[in-house]
Amino acid sequence: MTTASKTTGLGWLLLFAALAVFPLLPEPIGSKFHTELLSKVMILSIFAASLQLLVGFTGLVSLGHAAFFGLGGYMVAMLAPPDGPGNGWLLLGAALAGAAALSLLIGALVMRTKGIYFIMVTLAFTQLVFFVFHDTKIAGGSDGAYVYFKPEFTLGGVRLLDLDNSRTFFWFVLGALALTLGVLALLLRSRFGHALVGIQHNEQRMRAAGYATLLYKLGSFVAGGTLAGLGGFLYAVQYGFVTPEILSWHHSGNALVMIILGGLGSLGGAVAGAFVFVLLGEGFQTLTKHWQLLLGGFVILSVALLPQGLAGAIAQGRSRLARRRAPTATEPAQDVTQGAQA
Amino acid sequence: MNFATTLARTLIATAVAGLCALPATAQEKIKVGFMLPYTGTYAALGVAIENGFRQYVDEQGGKLGGKAVEYVKVDDESDPSKAADNANKLVKRDNVDVMVGTVHSGVAMAMAKVAKDNNTLLLVANAGADAITGPLCAPNVFRSSFSNWQPGYAMGKVAADRKIKTAVTLTWKYAAGDESVRGFKEGFEAGGGKVLKELNLPFPNVEFQALLTEIASIKPDAVYVFFAGGGAPKLMKDWAAAGLKDKIQLIGAGFLTDGTIEAAGGAAEGLLTTLHYADDLTNAKDRAFRLQYAKTYKLQPDVYAVQGYDAAQMLGAGLVAVKGDLKNRDGLVKAIESAKIDSPRGPFTLSKAHNPVQDLYLRKVVGKLNKNEGVAVKGLADPARGCKAS
Amino acid sequence: MDLTTFLIQCLNSVQYGLLLFLVASGLTLIFGIMGVINLAHGSFYMVGAYLAFALASLTGSLLIALPLGLVLAVALGYLLEWVFFSYLYERDHLQQVLMTFGLILVAEELRSLLAGDDVHGVPMPDFLSGAVAIGNGMTYPVYRLALSLVCLGVAAGIWWVIRRTKLGMMVRAGATNREMVQSLGINITLLYRVVFAAGVALAVLAGMLAAPVSSVYPKMGDGVLILCFVIVVIGGIGSIQGAMLAALLIGFVDTFGKVFWQEGAGAMVYLAMAVILLWKPEGLFKAG
Repeated sequence: MTTASKTTGLGWLLLFAALAVFPLLPEPIGSKFHTELLSKVMILSIFAASLQLLVGFTGLVSLGHAAFFGLGGYMVAMLAPPDGPGNGWLLLGAALAGAAALSLLIGALVMRTKGIYFIMVTLAFTQLVFFVFHDTKIAGGSDGAYVYFKPEFTLGGVRLLDLDNSRTFFWFVLGALALTLGVLALLLRSRFGHALVGIQHNEQRMRAAGYATLLYKLGSFVAGGTLAGLGGFLYAVQYGFVTPEILSWHHSGNALVMIILGGLGSLGGAVAGAFVFVLLGEGFQTLTKHWQLLLGGFVILSVALLPQGLAGAIAQGRSRLARRRAPTATEPAQDVTQGAQA
Repeated sequence: MNFATTLARTLIATAVAGLCALPATAQEKIKVGFMLPYTGTYAALGVAIENGFRQYVDEQGGKLGGKAVEYVKVDDESDPSKAADNANKLVKRDNVDVMVGTVHSGVAMAMAKVAKDNNTLLLVANAGADAITGPLCAPNVFRSSFSNWQPGYAMGKVAADRKIKTAVTLTWKYAAGDESVRGFKEGFEAGGGKVLKELNLPFPNVEFQALLTEIASIKPDAVYVFFAGGGAPKLMKDWAAAGLKDKIQLIGAGFLTDGTIEAAGGAAEGLLTTLHYADDLTNAKDRAFRLQYAKTYKLQPDVYAVQGYDAAQMLGAGLVAVKGDLKNRDGLVKAIESAKIDSPRGPFTLSKAHNPVQDLYLRKVVGKLNKNEGVAVKGLADPARGCKAS
Repeated sequence: MDLTTFLIQCLNSVQYGLLLFLVASGLTLIFGIMGVINLAHGSFYMVGAYLAFALASLTGSLLIALPLGLVLAVALGYLLEWVFFSYLYERDHLQQVLMTFGLILVAEELRSLLAGDDVHGVPMPDFLSGAVAIGNGMTYPVYRLALSLVCLGVAAGIWWVIRRTKLGMMVRAGATNREMVQSLGINITLLYRVVFAAGVALAVLAGMLAAPVSSVYPKMGDGVLILCFVIVVIGGIGSIQGAMLAALLIGFVDTFGKVFWQEGAGAMVYLAMAVILLWKPEGLFKAG
């Protein structure tokens, strides 16, 4: 195990330990409001990480990822019974299955397009899904749909978790985040994952080497979409309320901002980007009514000045430090890939 | 690699966000949280509600039930997708004692859910979503305004009484529009009328052209509309511009002409609407209210200001009864439930579902005012379908 | 639906389509010539509407406000290209998307700071505020007819410039092969700046013309932006005639959709876009 991956592992451990302890901290840090805020951030981290698989590792810049997040949420709202807690296993399964099915359908249709047209056609499909939920009576239209009771996860008649308790919910989301990152990390370490990175660098060469690149890209699209559906499920459970906004291209755009902030091609970057984007937004909101000015300016500046995101900037700093210490170059262990090809 | 940094950033950012939020204040004050639209098509309405509320509190010397009132504001932008977040901010970050809001029915439903989940006192000062005093009703949720069904039903009755036979409805496609039309249809068809077609467009879109053409080709006796805020004068102007003013009668829930007559240019003249308020009521309370409002805010008041004013009255009634002790929630609730509010619109009481039981006036636009043409329905109570109130 | 109503709905469709064309033509030029994805294009439309409101209130007439607004728009476009957009040309599409995404937020807040958050109406000139009888007791507003005519006139003007002038030749060349144009010694920086300013001016003009019929309100650029991208992509990036065809198509789908199938009207537009893109991934027409 190299030093770099050891510190990587240690870093993740520290982060999760710190998050796990967070709700237990005394007020006003560990307050209900902050706990719920961090739950929200972690849910968006799951969303961002699932998009990172597409954009940062496979080179598929999708403006339609919110469709899968939103569908996961809407499955919960549509299937949850109005008069009592729903079956958590069923609802979770439905959310994941729905997101997977939709991403398979849309993915199959769009995978032949490239570059800017890919971006646009994913946008078209997410807007389609948005309008289906916004304009029809499927689920409350523009006012949104409600989940009146938090679903229950039972095993043999015994309720496993009280999701109404914000701390329990927080740890539940933390677990989901760990699971998501674990799945993605394993995926990326496998042959499948390496093939994806190869496709991102040079698809033609991969095809010449005998890879059915279309299928690999589709696989990545569906994997990312399904995990986004997990995020949507958690979102619906937290708020008890879903609106068509979570299906919109704005939401997809926010996720793109998060991963470029944190750095493309880095799972940690996706998480960091989500944290920074959401918490900064919250911070700005307490400062001024015109907080979007600050946020917009921040987005512009960070994309302009830090095109590699936080992860990239830190990697650069590290390699500069390493070069200063040892004149013979040591390569940074994790490859931070450049932005997606157009 | 950057994960230690992620950790550091997380903690710092959280600390920043946490420090920015002020801790809860001392017990001697009442914290009122306004969640109102200060942007967009309903901005003027949000401002009017706040003005009305503040006017009552100021008339009581800045205190209700002996306790000073302090305010916190959140702009809900009439956006249901941000509503849960905004309401949670008021309840959990700012720790308000009572929430007052909002205009948009979709936003209000999200507020009601948050209020119900956290047992926070909520005074709805406009949003007529039937669900709030229906399936979402709760002991801690009160409304000082109306249910979307009420003005619609009243207008339907008036239309049927005036021998209008056919109608087409036109509104924004969201809870308030749908429910207003439903109320109209109920009143209208009970009196022998027939609704030929129900047209709508997404909120807050104001591109009416294609739909007006459709209406012109259907040629109904009347068209019932529900629009409010910035969209209302646009409709009235487009209606006149399309040459429909003399051909088909335009009727609507009173929000069409409340606070919007001036913006409509001459297009509002002569329009009939129903609402629980009119601009020339003769009771003393209204005269005093209007005078004071015009003096303080240099504006003419409208129904939204009245509703804000009455929300404060209701809160005041409750607080006086429990002598300012917010912990006595049951006593507070009982006091508001049994209160008879001396409102500028005329006195009203609250139904079991906590919605005003009130007179609906028929109004006609004459010059700059909605003139009272008489009571359309007296003491109308919303049927509160789905509310499990004891 | 009788013939008169059908005709009027066609007029509505054409009018809506032409207005969208005006905005979209600017976007397709910028996109086609400079290869820049500008998500903030809808904000220019909004600027146009607010300019119409502000200048019409100041001067008392929309007709005077129009040329004034156009001058300001050209200046704004020139400045914006110089200060912000010229830095986007070398960036990849993702970064352009994100930077202009941030620009939308900034533009909305500036609007809030400078012009407030209320909804405003803009009065149309008196001589245009009547309605013409179409027959069968139906009428059509004069202003909308005038609007369509102006848009057609502008479209003709764009066509003339693109097809018959040296500038147009450079624009077409730049859309098909940027490097070649540069190597031929044409001042590409100036060309880009002019094209960008023209694109902004077109969007602003559309906003100004639409203001009396659509009202002036926060976030009004959002809906237009998305439709513009749909039009540009369906029509073919950089193609003016493609934008015209696509815009008219969208106008018809939207208008008749609203009348026949209200619930599906919104989704129909995107369905059409998806179908066309899957059939012709590069859009209906080539650039130029």
